[in-house]
Amino acid sequence: MNRIANTFNNRRNNILSIYFTAGHKGLNTCVDILKHLENSGVDIVELGIPFSDPVADGPTIQKSSETALLNGMSVKQLFEELQNLRDDVTIPVLLMGYINPIIQFGVEAFCKKCHEVGVDGVIIPDLPLDIYERHYKDIFEQYNIVNTLLVTPQTSDERIRQIDHKSNGFIYVVSSNGTTGDKNAVLHNDYFAHIKSLELETPTLIGFGIRDNKTFENACKYANGAIIGSRFVQHIEEGYSDKHIKSFVDEIVKS
Amino acid sequence: MDGKILGYTNTTFEDMYTVDNNGYYGKFGGSFIPEMMHKNIEFLKLKYLEIIQDSNFQEEFHSLLRDYVGRPSPLYFSQALSDIYGGKVYLKREDLNHTGSHKINNTIGQILLAKRLGKKRIIAETGAGQHGVATATVCAKAGLECIIYMGATDVARQKPNVDKIKFLGAKVIPVTSGNKTLKDATNEAIRDWISNPESTHYIIGSVVGPHPYPDMVSRFQSVISEEIQKQLIEKTGKSNPSKVIACVGGGSNAAGAFYHFLDQKEVELIAVEAAGKGVDTGESAATTALGNMGVLHGAMTLLMQTEDGQVVEPYSVSAGLDYPGIGPLHAHLFDSNRASFVNVTDEEALNAALELTKIEGIIPALESSHALAALSKIDIKKDEVVVLNLSGRGDKDMDTYLNYHKQKAQ
Repeated sequence: MNRIANTFNNRRNNILSIYFTAGHKGLNTCVDILKHLENSGVDIVELGIPFSDPVADGPTIQKSSETALLNGMSVKQLFEELQNLRDDVTIPVLLMGYINPIIQFGVEAFCKKCHEVGVDGVIIPDLPLDIYERHYKDIFEQYNIVNTLLVTPQTSDERIRQIDHKSNGFIYVVSSNGTTGDKNAVLHNDYFAHIKSLELETPTLIGFGIRDNKTFENACKYANGAIIGSRFVQHIEEGYSDKHIKSFVDEIVKS
Repeated sequence: MDGKILGYTNTTFEDMYTVDNNGYYGKFGGSFIPEMMHKNIEFLKLKYLEIIQDSNFQEEFHSLLRDYVGRPSPLYFSQALSDIYGGKVYLKREDLNHTGSHKINNTIGQILLAKRLGKKRIIAETGAGQHGVATATVCAKAGLECIIYMGATDVARQKPNVDKIKFLGAKVIPVTSGNKTLKDATNEAIRDWISNPESTHYIIGSVVGPHPYPDMVSRFQSVISEEIQKQLIEKTGKSNPSKVIACVGGGSNAAGAFYHFLDQKEVELIAVEAAGKGVDTGESAATTALGNMGVLHGAMTLLMQTEDGQVVEPYSVSAGLDYPGIGPLHAHLFDSNRASFVNVTDEEALNAALELTKIEGIIPALESSHALAALSKIDIKKDEVVVLNLSGRGDKDMDTYLNYHKQKAQ
């Protein structure tokens, strides 16, 4: 069973995916947060693996990663925490992180662990398509781990088509030129409209700069849904109770 | 892309130590970049050789190196060092270049490239500030906007260079993440480029980063070894020395000093890393001694890191060597045993700086002083010709030298 594909088969619009950094709120907290997110009606979760040098991330996620590392989070620790993930959580879970910690853990060991604990896919911003295909694709596929690819306003149509062809799960549409959580990000509807007009086979989720009901609903007009990261990471600075998380999600989806 | 398609054929090397078509040196290199950087990097990959090998480019590049930088830099025979350490020790005087170090060779090349790419805005990272000064200099000359990212720790310890960068009209942005040094400045410069991909060219200052940067920067710096060969013929009748010594942080001056000797097996290449307070003290920047394979700043290379793959904060008294990795070319030279790597502590480097000042009247940069300190650690035979790349001058390090001297006197 592929949980990501099921999610998009069951519903084609208004998919809400939430990112947070594993270990940000302390060790042994991420499964609780995952459960609360599921209870709140979130469709997909991206669980961040903290890295010392997150070049695609803005200040909010940099800080949450730094805190998580100080708390003692590591790839090994994360898999221990996720050991019984599927006892409680049914929605798709992707791990999002940079390639170096995964290489040090061992790429095959990593995929095997993902498969064992029930992680459905990964998003690795600094693993470009050509290196993925040359060195890692076979291993990821052997363990049925979906590698999620990004497109940005810098990606040519030809390359978007190529990425669409090589994607399963969903395509991560980066909303603007910038890093995560850019408050000043200008969301260009003509760019979103252009992506929509390409009628890609793979579902799309728009991320970077999505921060409230307005930006979420706007993104959903052009894509199958959207991803919220930095804004949620800021929200759980104050706590991660079921109620606190539900209030965030309710505010985003409103209707 | 095959080099031959670009009209480039490499006749000197058998490609053992030069970059392959996928951007690798052996196991090291590549372009581990987020999709946000793909367009810029892919364009550079496809075009950099065509652009920099164009005859107009070469003519402009070399005329600026001659008339603006002051090249060729002298190859100076040091009788005093030869008397102490044996052999015939020559200093390649990169310290005499405009702006005070070898860094200008690369920034001249990259600013010409940026102009041909139609870029309006230049960003760069800097550690000791030498690359920042060299970048601000070429931007002033070219009339381009210039932003320099510099770790807050380095801003404090390299004030003369910070002042120069500002006086040259560039903006210095102190970086407060991580250890607030070169690695963090590089992260922030990459984030800037991700946010400003159209207007901006990123002038990386060393032979690090995603392909094609390590090869491109090596080629711009290769003028150093090209000149050494010519100058040695004049002085010794032979183009090859016995040994070439250079310090390695990221490794751009070493790449330049080694470049034309890479496939000359009889030339011993010696790379000198900063041991900081000692390799085993936890306060060191000796990457080959302490690191293993990993990905940082877009390249697979040797890297100081934890078991979990978190990059370790390095330490060296020298801001220019305070980097947790080395360029992929150097990782390959280490891995294939083509170069030997030695390391030198803060104290050994400081003493070497005082020694050269005293016996030759040349005040070297702290980075170059690491190379000087290696002279006492290697075996030099009587007739051997040793070329040491004196990569920069010590003006920026005067505070450190005076404090150390005072301490020693007490």
